[in-house]
Amino acid sequence: MTLTAPGQAAADAAAVLPGAVRGRGPWRLAWERLRRDPVAIASAATILLIAAAAVAAPAIAHAVGHGPDDQYHDIGLTTAGLPVGPSRQFLLGTDNLGRDLLVRIVYGARISLLVGVVATLLATVAGVVVGLLAGYLGGLVDLVLARFMDMVLSFPYLLLAIALVSVFGPSLTITVLVIAFFSWAAIGRVVRGQTLSIREKEYVEASWSVGSGAPRVMFVEILPNLLAPVLVLATLLVPTAIVFEATLSFLGLGVVPPTPTWGGMLSDSLNFYQVAWWFPLFPGLALLATTLAFNLLGDSVRDALDPTAGRAVAGKDR
Amino acid sequence: MLRFLARRLFFGLLVLWTVSGAVFVLFFVAPHDPARLIAGRLATPQTLALVNHRLGLDRPLPEQYASFMGRLLHGDLGYSYYSSAPVRELLASRLPVTASLALGAAALWLLVGVGVGVAAARRPRSLVDRGGTVLVLAGLSMPTFLVGLLLIYFLFFRLHLLGFDLFPAGGYVPLTQDPAGWAQHLLLPWATLALVTAATYSRLTRGSMLEVLGEDYIRTARSKGLSESRVVYRHGLRSALTPVVTQLGVDLGTLLGGVIVTEQVFGLPGLGQLAWQSVTTQDLPVIMGIVLVASAFIVVANLLVDLGYALLDPRVRPA
Repeated sequence: MTLTAPGQAAADAAAVLPGAVRGRGPWRLAWERLRRDPVAIASAATILLIAAAAVAAPAIAHAVGHGPDDQYHDIGLTTAGLPVGPSRQFLLGTDNLGRDLLVRIVYGARISLLVGVVATLLATVAGVVVGLLAGYLGGLVDLVLARFMDMVLSFPYLLLAIALVSVFGPSLTITVLVIAFFSWAAIGRVVRGQTLSIREKEYVEASWSVGSGAPRVMFVEILPNLLAPVLVLATLLVPTAIVFEATLSFLGLGVVPPTPTWGGMLSDSLNFYQVAWWFPLFPGLALLATTLAFNLLGDSVRDALDPTAGRAVAGKDR
Repeated sequence: MLRFLARRLFFGLLVLWTVSGAVFVLFFVAPHDPARLIAGRLATPQTLALVNHRLGLDRPLPEQYASFMGRLLHGDLGYSYYSSAPVRELLASRLPVTASLALGAAALWLLVGVGVGVAAARRPRSLVDRGGTVLVLAGLSMPTFLVGLLLIYFLFFRLHLLGFDLFPAGGYVPLTQDPAGWAQHLLLPWATLALVTAATYSRLTRGSMLEVLGEDYIRTARSKGLSESRVVYRHGLRSALTPVVTQLGVDLGTLLGGVIVTEQVFGLPGLGQLAWQSVTTQDLPVIMGIVLVASAFIVVANLLVDLGYALLDPRVRPA
């Protein structure tokens, strides 16, 4: 389906070194499959675009001439005090306080991406370490850790997240920590399961027989074989974390105003959607584009790493 | 089977106990002052001490925990700090709203999700299949509140402007009072939760259905001359539903999370709204009550899942 034609492969190899066959590892094969997947390219481009906008947020604000928290009571609001629609002055319109929506959306991208990526990194590291320890050490350690993961997974997480935030006060740090805490167990459980089966492989035994210690076996022998499923899970965790942050901000328990966040903007727009369609629309689109791009990319990465798994778009016929 | 269920039940109770303990500890290690919230900013130290004494907050922590657990074992959840109403009554008055929302939404997303999944699996790569995939990812990518806002905007506000008031934007009418109004008021909230969740189910059903339809016994059923729909629904779907049941257990259990947002968006006076309100007023007894009810949801849902396996697929009945 996506395999290179034999002639092409031979030509590639010949170009490198006449007579030699160039070996291609599974990662390289996956990368080549990914590069030829239009969905993956499009979603990666979308993510890069949003990331670029987030990085360039101050430059964009400078170019437009409106700061993210500047309130334009005279030109940014109608005489009735309502938001004004998209115009040359405000490209995407203004919000209920007369602030430039475009500038706030690109600043909001910073929060969304920051929370999404940092929370995912924390959750992935914690999940991998705990999963490896549980799967490799087994016995009592496994029993306790596995039960703990089951427990975290069966918490009513949004409720507890809200309780945590209300107790410690909303802030960026607490938002990231809360999201990471409720996400790591899903990765931990998969890593544990994989470790359990990899532990029985001959090359692990070989590593023991030459005197490798537990940390080396865990992180040098076993971990590389887990990277594929972890990478897929992590990619899919980013949009979940972004949605989680937006939900917390929507409930007024995420990042504190006036810091612009997409969830917070959507929450503010609740009382204005009837008179200002642009107010909920643009932050909503930004949020949707970001999460959809990450979800599609995650799906493509999964397909590229595991070409046997059928897929709806390019699935095999029965 | 019985031993298996007993073990699950024990683990469930352990979860309940851990969750309640965690929330309890959380509230006492964290910097907060319920007495000041109740008595107000201008209260004198004497008033604060009095309030603290009335709430039992001046006693040592272990003692407070012991009395909390003791009352809990008698089914007494205490009284709200805020309104002084018994927590049990508060929860009981909100539960029907949340139950209506959750069960109706679950029925809808099962119908849609499994329906689309089966249709997609019967004809892979068809229009239904591709459309379903797009829907899946869009649903997965959208926060619950965004779906709710979209539905309110188009199905309430736009239709309202056109002169149709088919779907109210919020509010709740008890089922016993007016069944038609009950359903009408809940349609948009149901659709919101179903749109966000159905995606997972169609994807799950599709994958598991494709696998099952490749099994030998399906070929046997076909070769016996059974009609295609009988093969698909009676033989195929039944065993393909196992992962769907697992997911349903997880989702019903954690649904209270999604319910907080949905109830907030549509102004439904359910447990989720109560949770949000009591969290913002730091009303510990009410929060504890809700967390316990929510965790009990999860425990019961998991038990039902285990029973569901046994009903659907005789092969998994544990000895």
